[in-house]
Amino acid sequence: MSMSIHSSLNSSDWSGRLFRVSHFFKDQLPALYKRYPFAVIGAATLILMGFIAIFAPYLATVDPQAVTPLNRLRPPSWQDWFGTDALGRDVYSRVMYGARVSLTVGIAVAFLSTVIGMSIGLITGFVRWLDPIVMRIMDGLMSIPSILLAIALMAVTKASIENVIIAITLAEVPRVVRLVRSLVLSLREQPYVEAAAASGTPLIKTLLRHILPNIAAPLLVQATYICASAMITEAILSFIGAGTPPNIPSWGNIMAESRSLFQIAGYLILFPSIFLSATVLAVNYLGDGLRDALDPRLSRRM
Amino acid sequence: MSKTANKLLELKNLCKHYPIRKGILSRISGYVHAVDGVSFSIYEGETLGLVGESGCGKSSVGRTILRLMDPSAGEIYWKGERIDQLTRSQIRPYRKEIQAVFQDPYSSLNPRMRAADIVSEPLRNFEKLSQAEGRERVRELFALVGLRPDQMLRYPHEFSGGQRQRLGIARALSVKPKLIMCDEPVSALDVSVQAQVINLLGDLQKEFGVSYLFIAHDLAVVKHISHRIAVMYLGRIVELAETAELFNRPSHPYTEALLSAVPIPDPKHQRKQIVLGGDVPSPINRPSGCHFHTRCIYAQERCKVEEPKLEETSPGHFVACHFKLNT
Amino acid sequence: MSQTTGKPILEVNDLRTYFYTRDGVVRSVDGVSFSVSEGETLAIVGESGCGKSVTSLSILRLIASPPGKIVAGSIRFHGEDLLGFSDEQMRDIRGDKISMIFQEPMTSLNPVLTIGRQIGEVLELHRQCTKEEVRRRILELLKMVNIPEPESRIDEYPHQLSGGMRQRIMIAMALACDPEILIADEPTTALDVTIQAQILNLMRELRDRTRAAIILITHDLGVVAEMAQRVVVMYAGRKVEEANVFDLFEKPMHPYTLGLLNSMPRLDDAASKRLVEIPGMVPSMRTEIVGCAFAPRCSSASERCTQESPVLKDHGNEHWVACWNPVLVKANV
Repeated sequence: MSMSIHSSLNSSDWSGRLFRVSHFFKDQLPALYKRYPFAVIGAATLILMGFIAIFAPYLATVDPQAVTPLNRLRPPSWQDWFGTDALGRDVYSRVMYGARVSLTVGIAVAFLSTVIGMSIGLITGFVRWLDPIVMRIMDGLMSIPSILLAIALMAVTKASIENVIIAITLAEVPRVVRLVRSLVLSLREQPYVEAAAASGTPLIKTLLRHILPNIAAPLLVQATYICASAMITEAILSFIGAGTPPNIPSWGNIMAESRSLFQIAGYLILFPSIFLSATVLAVNYLGDGLRDALDPRLSRRM
Repeated sequence: MSKTANKLLELKNLCKHYPIRKGILSRISGYVHAVDGVSFSIYEGETLGLVGESGCGKSSVGRTILRLMDPSAGEIYWKGERIDQLTRSQIRPYRKEIQAVFQDPYSSLNPRMRAADIVSEPLRNFEKLSQAEGRERVRELFALVGLRPDQMLRYPHEFSGGQRQRLGIARALSVKPKLIMCDEPVSALDVSVQAQVINLLGDLQKEFGVSYLFIAHDLAVVKHISHRIAVMYLGRIVELAETAELFNRPSHPYTEALLSAVPIPDPKHQRKQIVLGGDVPSPINRPSGCHFHTRCIYAQERCKVEEPKLEETSPGHFVACHFKLNT
Repeated sequence: MSQTTGKPILEVNDLRTYFYTRDGVVRSVDGVSFSVSEGETLAIVGESGCGKSVTSLSILRLIASPPGKIVAGSIRFHGEDLLGFSDEQMRDIRGDKISMIFQEPMTSLNPVLTIGRQIGEVLELHRQCTKEEVRRRILELLKMVNIPEPESRIDEYPHQLSGGMRQRIMIAMALACDPEILIADEPTTALDVTIQAQILNLMRELRDRTRAAIILITHDLGVVAEMAQRVVVMYAGRKVEEANVFDLFEKPMHPYTLGLLNSMPRLDDAASKRLVEIPGMVPSMRTEIVGCAFAPRCSSASERCTQESPVLKDHGNEHWVACWNPVLVKANV
């Protein structure tokens, strides 16, 4: 039974909505910035990267796959903003398109590993006899370095973005399971969960109503870190040739292809790495800010 | 308390012990005897106070009655029907009749749920209500416990400790139970707020005829709200009597010591203190015979060997001691 | 009751300790003054949030800064202002001249050090003793606090002891260097009532033996009646009443004190007596309070109370009250 709170939220009044949007930018955003400056910068950077990813076709100046051998290895200039690579492809356009891959992989891995990890963690937290079995499997997976695990998985499948996502997700799931399981175990002892049992709440409803909302915050923070980690893992995989197929530009790919040329054409590595670093840094800042904002121990009450 | 009133709850020799597992193979090295043969009854419209110090098992008794944990032995009867053997799903309908208010106002409410949803949870588990009906019922409950309707959509952290405890009481009342187990409901509250909550519980009992099992360690608080009081020590009831009788003529040495230990807020009061030596023994290795003999100033040889049984020394007054005082 | 010579050794004057948080300034202690004489037991009474613990922490300069800060006032120990002391000078004072015992005996002792090491640490810091002297003194202290079999206890760890015994260890540590003032912050709140009786008994014995002054912080008026000679009542960071213990219980003058006494469930009450409530709740300490902090809950509040903050006035026999409409009749206690 839901209680409708503020009638203004249900209103389809456009002027009301515009007012709230401008109110947000004028009053709440500066206050947020004051309190969590890095998180706001991180969020803004991510929005920018997302914008680039979505509008890459409009931002790119030429077709990123267009090979123009006559324009090989041109340094950055007014015509080719980031220069051209060994095949004469425009680095700037490739970097714009590369944003798509990195963000897609990062967000997809974060989402999938969180959902899968959360489901497994919830089950092991409540079904006690499954716990030792599942946790030993997770421990086994965690003892293999995630990069190696991803490489191994990529080795047995063909190179594609989907497989990259699956491989990295598998490597990240155990950590999420561990986190969720420990959260569930401690939450089960909370008096309000006991109170729910005393109120006659069945198990499923207890999970949904009491456990889930209280693990959402730490999970969200963890998800941001997974996103950052996944973006770097994808870059590493592509760098060693085990990741995104070479025809699709990704920031890791671009760096991989120009690996041997970095001494004469350093800009080939410089630009994609700046974008990658900035994005990962932004995600980390956002994650830290979220953690500080959502941590109940740092809450205002004294 | 008129004995012609209906008997709601009856415990017969209730026991609860926890195994202690040690070692790699988790072998059982001993048991924590939290509850060791507790029997009492609660009648309609009365408050039974259950007092004792830490480790005496009073909270475990409450939890076992609510089936938040399962008894190890003994029988529990509700309105004559035996309920201790029922499974979790079979017990569900009884939760409409037996509810609970918990000790910690800060952790007994889900911090991410709105006050109205918290209070209506038991109701929603048992009845199908429309949004409007639900809101109306919650509004009534809020009024009953002295909260305003505009607070219905707030989160627990926006309330003070006393107000949160009121929310807990409203939650328990939502299904109109016959018995509410109150586990140290005012221990975590300030003195001035304690009085508000104690008075509220008393008023609600007068209005609705609900019974309470009032578990507490503070004797003065228990005195104000209970009709009868049971004193527990190391898992057993050592004395049970009507309130005035217990305070005027305590018959068990432990009760006597407990009463004398409570500081009286009167500097001129002459303290006749019986200061018990030693500490409360561990519920794992309990003393033989009468559990209290190690600290009892009247202990004799017989006490070390023979466990005293709870006997009725005068109508309604039960004592478990070989050498009952004041009788 | 122990004898006091009446010579003040600690004088707290207009102490103000504020906490600067993101959501505003919390004025935990807002202009509190009192003094403690040699050998006297002073109780500071109030409910949670009234500032009594912060006051005691301020005396020993144990306030975490940031976010806390002692913004004004003076704390004179034998005439010298502790607020002007350097960190090193304060370290010399703590544990030696002024020591403290805390509420939670479970967490106030280091779980990985033996009892002997912990008590010994205090002695080693403040006294130049040989190892044998330290051990001798530790045994002496353990016997003084009635710990059975002290020789074997010295090498035990805190988790092997019960709550009551741990509190005795804390008391032993606090008394190790014969302090002049012992600050006891809710020393028995976490203990069972029979253990509390033991500890209070012990404290009374030790007080008579060592002649230390005690500042007893508590919310339990029963403990106050048993232990204290003078009482300070605090509300919302301010002192509202101060009197000797007999006057306070017999003729409380501040409406809050009266309300507190009437709302307490007492063992010597008739069983069915209805408790007199104090309506409302303690005000938030985040906003500046104009006028009397208790006015919103006070049945004797007048216009003046909401505008002007009441000033402490002596109503005779060193009975101080900060109230524009104090209760001037004998309370039925």
